[in-house]
Amino acid sequence: MASTYLTKSKSFIIHTLKSKLHYTTRTSHFTNSLFHHRLLHTLSPLPPVPKHANYYSIGKDYVARRSHATTSASSQINQLPVESPSSQILDFPGGKVKFTKNMIFTSNSTEERVNCYRVLDDNGQPFTDDIDLLKINKELALKMYTNMVTLEVMDTVFYESQRQGRISFYATTTGEEAINIASAAALDNNDFVFPQYREPGALLWRGFTLQEFANQLFGNKHEYGKGRQMPVHYGSRKHNYITVASTVATQIPHAVGAAYSLKMEKQDSCVITYFGDGGTSTGDFHAALNFAAVLEVPVIFFCRNNGWAISTPVNEQFRSDGVVVRGKAYGVPSIRIDGNDALAIYNAVCEARKLAINEQTPVLIEALTYRAGHHTTSDDSTRYRSVDEIERWKGDQNPVKRLKKWIESKGWWDNVAESEYRSNIRKQVAQAIQVAEQIEKPPVADMFNDVYDVPPRNLNEQEAFVRKTVKKHREDYPADVPL
Amino acid sequence: MASSIIQRIGAATSFDTNNNYFHRRSFSGRQSSFVVVRSDGANITTRLKPNGGRTHHLVTNAVATKPHTSAASKPGHEILLFDALREGLEEEMDRDPRVCIMGEDVGHYGGSYKVTKGLAPKYGDLRVLDTPIAENAFTGMGIGAAMTGLRPIIEGMNMGFLLLAFNQISNNCGMLHYTSGGQFKIPVVIRGPGGVGRQLGAEHSQRLESYFQSIPGIQMVACSTPYNAKGLMKAAIRSDNPVILFEHVLLYNLKETIPDEEYVLNLEEAEMVRPGQHVTILTYSRMRYHVMQAAKTLVNKGYDPEVIDIRSLKPFDLHTIGNSVKKTHRVLIVEECMRTGGIGASLTAAINENFHDYLDAPIVCLSSQDVPTPYAGTLEEWTVVQPPQIVAAVEQLCQ
Repeated sequence: MASTYLTKSKSFIIHTLKSKLHYTTRTSHFTNSLFHHRLLHTLSPLPPVPKHANYYSIGKDYVARRSHATTSASSQINQLPVESPSSQILDFPGGKVKFTKNMIFTSNSTEERVNCYRVLDDNGQPFTDDIDLLKINKELALKMYTNMVTLEVMDTVFYESQRQGRISFYATTTGEEAINIASAAALDNNDFVFPQYREPGALLWRGFTLQEFANQLFGNKHEYGKGRQMPVHYGSRKHNYITVASTVATQIPHAVGAAYSLKMEKQDSCVITYFGDGGTSTGDFHAALNFAAVLEVPVIFFCRNNGWAISTPVNEQFRSDGVVVRGKAYGVPSIRIDGNDALAIYNAVCEARKLAINEQTPVLIEALTYRAGHHTTSDDSTRYRSVDEIERWKGDQNPVKRLKKWIESKGWWDNVAESEYRSNIRKQVAQAIQVAEQIEKPPVADMFNDVYDVPPRNLNEQEAFVRKTVKKHREDYPADVPL
Repeated sequence: MASSIIQRIGAATSFDTNNNYFHRRSFSGRQSSFVVVRSDGANITTRLKPNGGRTHHLVTNAVATKPHTSAASKPGHEILLFDALREGLEEEMDRDPRVCIMGEDVGHYGGSYKVTKGLAPKYGDLRVLDTPIAENAFTGMGIGAAMTGLRPIIEGMNMGFLLLAFNQISNNCGMLHYTSGGQFKIPVVIRGPGGVGRQLGAEHSQRLESYFQSIPGIQMVACSTPYNAKGLMKAAIRSDNPVILFEHVLLYNLKETIPDEEYVLNLEEAEMVRPGQHVTILTYSRMRYHVMQAAKTLVNKGYDPEVIDIRSLKPFDLHTIGNSVKKTHRVLIVEECMRTGGIGASLTAAINENFHDYLDAPIVCLSSQDVPTPYAGTLEEWTVVQPPQIVAAVEQLCQ
């Protein structure tokens, strides 16, 4: 249906978009190879892709993918004789389609999976000479690394505190520290973040303090959510980090809406939204990607493919070649990257952001990683996967260790600094927990505020009733909840 | 029934049964005649220009007490209900550049009931956005856009389709202001036609107000006349809370004279349609017209019913309702929802709880049966409360 809409009013839309939004025709050579956009093809022919070292190192993987179909049928097509001319073409809405007399079904599996972009090898050494082009200086590298270590330590201590019964619930990011920090590092503080629930690193990068994290976990009166959400459901307006909702993948359409508002107000920022492999099965994921492509809005879809959706492994989640191939189906430029390689993530997100903002296009990034921890504190993952598998990923593939090897090889870090930093952070986190535990819980009034902008009469009545009941039976209610 | 004219006190109203969705051509004829009839002689360009002369007579937050005082006091303009909604939309879009519309076929098609006609050419394709078919996703989109500064109006082509958006409406729209600690607000308006139409089939005859009424964090209003349609639309857009505005498929072609100057109604207020002494009849949306038709018969039989259009479905205007109950001591609720779990059920509970001492008789609630709406015209007619039933119920109540 969308395609008929395009042909019917295509010229009107293009004209309207151009005149009302000062929309300029995209002429980037980069985009020609990156994505097949119906509108572009029908507007004007684009120049071919010139060789550009920087783009090639990133774009090579998917430029190559574009020019060869990723199905096994492609080899057959390439061997066929060239079709005879224009009489064999159907001028269908959306673009010209060539006819063929060969009845070939595209295969349900690909012989070769989409390649994965990485910068550092398993030993933390760059396996490309272009690494200096990435412009990651000592300051940035150390900031990324120390934040990753903080995240690791934070996770360990908070997880332990749940086990000790001090907080009710926690979810770690173990194994995904690089995704958390490096992706945030590549963004601007004005870019909106729509998280799932395993991305506190973005907040940490933007300056959320350990105390603020602890306050949310304890649900005390200082936390920004006023004690209304579960632990790890952080949210902070001043950091442009939208409050986490437990529902899976509902944030993906929200992100598209936010990108739409950025486009309407012509802001120079983008939106990023995170989700896991499991989240890509939802209806919201599908529709949001489709919308974003049709609307041409600046949003980065970041998929943390960590192999597991609670106890469902990816081969029971989908049968496509991961998530990256789905971008093509929607007309969204996509890339697969090594999710345990901080530098690759940083680089890819930097480029994706430029693309999203300059070309006003969504971008899909699939980061391959591993959920080394349990799904949450309510889960024991050894029930459905082997301890060996977990230990293997915690070993060489550990993103923190790999980045550490690189910065150590550059002479920017050493074991002394490491142990000092870790023990320091550990102390700070423990201190934050202690302080947060002592702070009062939010008052009863906060149970009824913010349901609406102004509490309506029925809520006021209900609040009065609660107060009366608590006062009458004070001993039956928690003593530390102020009235 | 199909061709009956339903009278309201104060103004004659013509009730057209043609479903606007299918009769586009006949609409355009009507529109041009509407423009010409304007009593102040202004032509259409003046009216559509932003910051036109009408802003001089700004009356914001006007609370309606007697909504349809006839054209006798002030000259107004005659308008059909769908056009009143469109007028409200247009005025708010002129006033605030953050207001935008999204939904299926709202742009170039002008909306399936013409509520958004002409807005896409005026404001552009981005601000009046045609979406692909994914209600959950575009409702989610609206929520995300609202959290980051816009004020979207999300249209469900039929309210029933919003069942697909229930997850976003309940879990996010209603909740995120609360769970974020008040950091992110969601000033969306979700609107669309609902209710039982003329043989639209069970899936397109849903009464979603009964499903949504439990969701904390949202407000619900139902419009029934061109006057309150425009006023409630404007109020809903200006509200910082998520508001669901229920329109009715069969009411879009109601005609009424509404004021030229700007007015905004109160979202939480009920409308006194006909003051009376003997019995309080509470109703909303299309049933208002069935009640008023029954009222004529009742008056002829010597009864004096007080008719209130509750308008605000969440929260109920218990102030107006309570004053009425204290006066008449008898309550009849007439609704289109199903018997189980409908607005009438909640209203019955609320009145019983709050005004039990003032009741001389148990509350009577007339609703549709707990069946999916049949397609056959005769069966469909029997599933909706009809004026004779209302008359009989009042007679029983007032014994």
